[in-house]
Amino acid sequence: MDFELSPSEWRTRLTRRSFLSAGVQGIGAVALGSLLARDAKAAANPIGGLPGLPHFAPKAKRMICLWQGGGPSHVDLFDHKPLLEKMAGQEIPASVRGDTRLSSMSSGYAKYNCVGAIKPFKKWGSSGIEMSEMLPFTGAIADELCIVRSMNTEAVNHAPGVTFFMTGSQIPGRPSMGAWLSYGLGTMNEDLPSYVVMTSSDTAKTCGQLFFEHYWSNGFLPGKHQGVRFRGVGDPVPFVGNPAGVSRDARRTMLDDMQALNREHLGQVGDPEIDTRISQYEMAFRMQASVPDLLDFKNEPKSVLEMYGPDVLNPGTFANNCLIARRLAERGVRFTQLMHSGWDQHNNLTTGQLAQQCLDTDQASAALVKDLKQRGLLDDTLVVWGGEFGRTPFGQNQQGQGFKGRDHFGRAYSWWLAGGGVKPGYVHGATDEFGWNITKDRVHIHDMQATLMHLFGINHEGLLFRYQGRQFRLTDVEGHVVKGILKQA
Amino acid sequence: MPRTTLPLPILIAGLITGLPGASFAVEPKPLDFNTDIRPILSENCFYCHGPDANKRKSKLRLDIREEALKKKAFVPGDIHASELVKRLYSKDSEEVMPPPDSHRSVTEAQRAILKRWIAEGAIYKPHWTFIAPVRSPLPANGEKNPVDAFVVEKLAKAGLTLSPEAPKATLLRRLSLDLTGLPPSPEETAAFIADTSPVAYEKQIDRLMASPHYGERMALPWLDASRYADSNGFQQDGDTFQWLWRDWLVKNLNEDKPFDQLSTEMLAGDLLPNATPEQKIATAFNRNHILNGEGGNIAEEQRYVSLFDRVESTTTTWLGLTVACAQCHDHKYDPITQKDYYQWMDAFNHVKERGTPSGGPTQTGGRSRFRLDTTVVEAPSAEQAAELMKLQANFDTKNKAFFTLQNTAFANWLAKPNKDKGMLPKEIEALLVPDKKRTAAETKKHRAHFDKVVFIEERKKIPGVMTIDKAKAALDGYRGDVLPRVMVMSDDMPRDTNILDRGAYLSKKEKVTFDAPGFLPPLPKDAPKNRLGLAQWLFSPEHPLAARVQVNRQWQQLFGKGIVRTSEDLGVQSDRPTHQELLDWLAVEFRESGWKLKALQKLILTSKTYRQSSHITPEQLQKDPENKLLSHAPRLRLPSMVLRDVALASSGLLNGKIGGVPVYPYLPENPWESLAITKERDFTYPTSQGTDLYRRSLYTFWRRTIAPVNMFDSSARQTCRVRTATTSSPLHALTMLNDPTWVEAARVLAQSVTKEQTTDEARLARAFARVLGREPSGKEPALLAKLLANQRAVYAADAKAADALLVIGESKRDPKLPVAEHAALTATCLALYNLDAAVTRD
Repeated sequence: MDFELSPSEWRTRLTRRSFLSAGVQGIGAVALGSLLARDAKAAANPIGGLPGLPHFAPKAKRMICLWQGGGPSHVDLFDHKPLLEKMAGQEIPASVRGDTRLSSMSSGYAKYNCVGAIKPFKKWGSSGIEMSEMLPFTGAIADELCIVRSMNTEAVNHAPGVTFFMTGSQIPGRPSMGAWLSYGLGTMNEDLPSYVVMTSSDTAKTCGQLFFEHYWSNGFLPGKHQGVRFRGVGDPVPFVGNPAGVSRDARRTMLDDMQALNREHLGQVGDPEIDTRISQYEMAFRMQASVPDLLDFKNEPKSVLEMYGPDVLNPGTFANNCLIARRLAERGVRFTQLMHSGWDQHNNLTTGQLAQQCLDTDQASAALVKDLKQRGLLDDTLVVWGGEFGRTPFGQNQQGQGFKGRDHFGRAYSWWLAGGGVKPGYVHGATDEFGWNITKDRVHIHDMQATLMHLFGINHEGLLFRYQGRQFRLTDVEGHVVKGILKQA
Repeated sequence: MPRTTLPLPILIAGLITGLPGASFAVEPKPLDFNTDIRPILSENCFYCHGPDANKRKSKLRLDIREEALKKKAFVPGDIHASELVKRLYSKDSEEVMPPPDSHRSVTEAQRAILKRWIAEGAIYKPHWTFIAPVRSPLPANGEKNPVDAFVVEKLAKAGLTLSPEAPKATLLRRLSLDLTGLPPSPEETAAFIADTSPVAYEKQIDRLMASPHYGERMALPWLDASRYADSNGFQQDGDTFQWLWRDWLVKNLNEDKPFDQLSTEMLAGDLLPNATPEQKIATAFNRNHILNGEGGNIAEEQRYVSLFDRVESTTTTWLGLTVACAQCHDHKYDPITQKDYYQWMDAFNHVKERGTPSGGPTQTGGRSRFRLDTTVVEAPSAEQAAELMKLQANFDTKNKAFFTLQNTAFANWLAKPNKDKGMLPKEIEALLVPDKKRTAAETKKHRAHFDKVVFIEERKKIPGVMTIDKAKAALDGYRGDVLPRVMVMSDDMPRDTNILDRGAYLSKKEKVTFDAPGFLPPLPKDAPKNRLGLAQWLFSPEHPLAARVQVNRQWQQLFGKGIVRTSEDLGVQSDRPTHQELLDWLAVEFRESGWKLKALQKLILTSKTYRQSSHITPEQLQKDPENKLLSHAPRLRLPSMVLRDVALASSGLLNGKIGGVPVYPYLPENPWESLAITKERDFTYPTSQGTDLYRRSLYTFWRRTIAPVNMFDSSARQTCRVRTATTSSPLHALTMLNDPTWVEAARVLAQSVTKEQTTDEARLARAFARVLGREPSGKEPALLAKLLANQRAVYAADAKAADALLVIGESKRDPKLPVAEHAALTATCLALYNLDAAVTRD
């Protein structure tokens, strides 16, 4: 009963039907070990998706978004500005500031005084990319990274900023990028959701940046493209576990008898949709095996676990989620969206929160990249690290209390990307000596979206959905592919 | 492509244009602009050559015939002289249309159609939905019901017929689910089967329409259209009392308030003469939107977000048009200008509101779970009003005595003002001259300062002040956290409305006031230029859209898809209607007979078209795979909200109470944990107790940031939705197999049929009938017996598992039932709920 069924979905259905008639009984007996092998095959032939997509050969088959909620400080971490240190306490000239729209927390300031990075920067790797000493693990993989120092957004506040990158609009209601990819490219593993979301909060639980469902919404796309959030309590996927007192064998028996009744009904009614229902329940049964298998780390070597850091075995931590993300990538999950909070450092950037955030995210982020690489997955897995904006080059709360933090700043900020067809060991774009204005190669949110889609082999202007009489797309009516960050333009 | 294999239209075009090698015998029907031409032009040309003047290339517009002729885009009757044809066939990438980088393309068949249309004279017609509908004569095919007359006519042309009537049991289940969202009981089905009177079926329609559950079912699409939720969204995600509007809706749908009145009250109830509180509550339709309360946000910016949302929601709901494009520029496809857009917005721009929610003036502290914006209607129940009076009286009494003390203190302070000198604001200090003769205004300023600043310290010294503070806190707390008050529309705030450059709220251009969009009929002469005038205009007889849009959505509700599939858009880009004459006939009927929804539905429900069997033959599948012509009834997957209600009702768990505060039924443990990291408020899920667990789905608390996870495929209630997609995901199956809601329903159903019946066969048949609305037939009894036998084997061998299964859910189990037997039948009933026949409306 799909809303709109693409030709490839029809094809899939037909194959599935013959598969099922070959013997429903057999499926439950498929050994877990063979699931991965089957997934690998599916990766070559995605299920669902639109005809004609990808538009051209993709560089990336999957993406892991390491979302840093709250807005990490670019001037403290990725974009070194010695002048801010030199001019500490002096005003940033009005000519530099221009008419920049600031949040209502600092827009009324009389003075905007320079505040330098709170910890020294260092040149890393053979590429010599400058990053803060607070990110030693990320620094150590500098040669794998593509740093973008010219990110730009119009958003001044968190939720609109996050919504903007995820959906292309600051106002909730449009489909998110993961949903677009699921819709356009289909799934590579029907036994797991094609779009997975995991969230973690910072150790100190400092801030109110919450994770709203519209960050992984299907918008006006069919409901099955909505991101599935793995929960930190109870069943990781809602209702994936059988009720107490129902064993897997008992469930299998029940499904077999149920499907016999469904087939009887099919004979009476003649509606091919009943076949879809039958396969839907078989997929559900397989997912009940795939999810626990995904989350079972018992075969992970000690060396790998150690690489992700001490939190790796604590469910709900960023490190734990990073390891799950790698396992999802291995299983062909198209889009994994990790969301971590705690970067909204208005008044605690200097008092330990920034340092703590780095401790909580640095090692696992870098481990994920290294781990993907050692498995040969980095080439076609895109890793993206960044938040909804950066932070002001001036200090917040400096009136009377002294400097303790920085306000939201979307005019210029930094992200990093790795793998999936982006240039390694490379810095793209630059800001002025205050870290305020972009001086080279601006990358607007829509440009970043267009580029990520490009890496998936999609022309961002050509993945469309007709809704309300209009063709909608992720990049709204803008966006240019940033050729500079592509390994091969 | 070799000429011999050209499709027919090209052959026809070839003849007309004198190309050699083609011939035909049939005189073709002339092309119709709306059916054949506009869809091609609109999709491929209007983006650059349409209504939007800013994006228009080469000053050419193709949506108006005169303009196109002026630029010689085509010459009627002469394809060789037509620039359009030249461009369509050009091999030059600079010249060819549409340009390669537009990602649009015109097929060979479409090009041929365009040529033929030019050859036929290039006749334009306004878009069909922009012309008022007229009744076409009913096709004379012997069908009495107009629905059937039009449907059969089209079927006949395709060599198809209606299917025979569905079996009575199927029919009653279909009717019950469509009208009330609840399954028929076996008794109701038996009574209907036994009733052989010719009006038996109509009696069932009347009975179901009279049920108080009718309004609940009819409300569901309205909740999606008005993006209804029980919280604002965003940080804090403050709870609201908008459920008062939901209750208004259910009540008025039950009473069959005519659609024009129902709509007028939703759009402008507050502007009606002597508006009642209920009529004001109706306007919450336009206050149910998302509200951003994030710290640091700019309230005025957020207020504009709400205004844009109101324009979007009202035009989608009542005009079936999407106008959002015109926020930034003239519409690309429909003739809606940017000015039209902001004129419409003006109607919604005079509410006394901030744009962002807060704890409100009557609340103590910012910690309340409720957060509202201003202009509210308080709607206390009788009990609440009494309690409020009690609290108010308590405070007044205590405060009265205190007030005397405060007056004395003020007099004393005035008498010797100099003691605070130097610490006072300059303005106040200037007035503190003891011998100066003060004006009343000056004294008022003094008093305000005294009460706000000076007295704060003084009052602490007064004995008994604690009890007054407590009384005040109790009163404020009640007002803030208990007293229901719903955000509504008002026209209390004079504000200018301007066209905004590219939709940016700070870039104000020309000032505008409310008026109807220029391409639609003008406002009635004496209509006020506000929301009330808007409503009067909508329901004027010459309005081309209001009736069509609503009839189409009613059709969508009963057949799964609208006569125009794109029910959110009946504009130029909409899908072609499957039965335009039928839609227009029903639209005129609906308006002329007083906008009665129940009457409209009854007309459709009594048709053979609605009553036919849903069985599908290979011939139907082959000739009309999408069933556009309706040769059989559609089989529809029930909405998840209805699926849950079916489980509750068929098991006997359902608490049929209508309306009231939202409830918190089972959800997976700590469903709001991803919000619970905030310290700003408590996000513990307050799971309901007792019978509140078993209320209908529409009463489940809808948190806008995290919707109830078991209500899959629902609108997210972020923006207006009038069409939701039904999808098939393994997650849906997992929900219905493993959610305690369904497991408990299965256990209770099993217990109930065990007590009612004595044999396996009878118990299975009874459970089957309660869930599926019919007796098992064919091989089904044997398959059911096998299902039960297999589960019996499981639980006979595992007493512990049986125990574990039977404790799921809060309702009590009868301990006298044998555990293994009960568990086996529970698993069987759970399977019944998951059968395709159960989740589908046949």
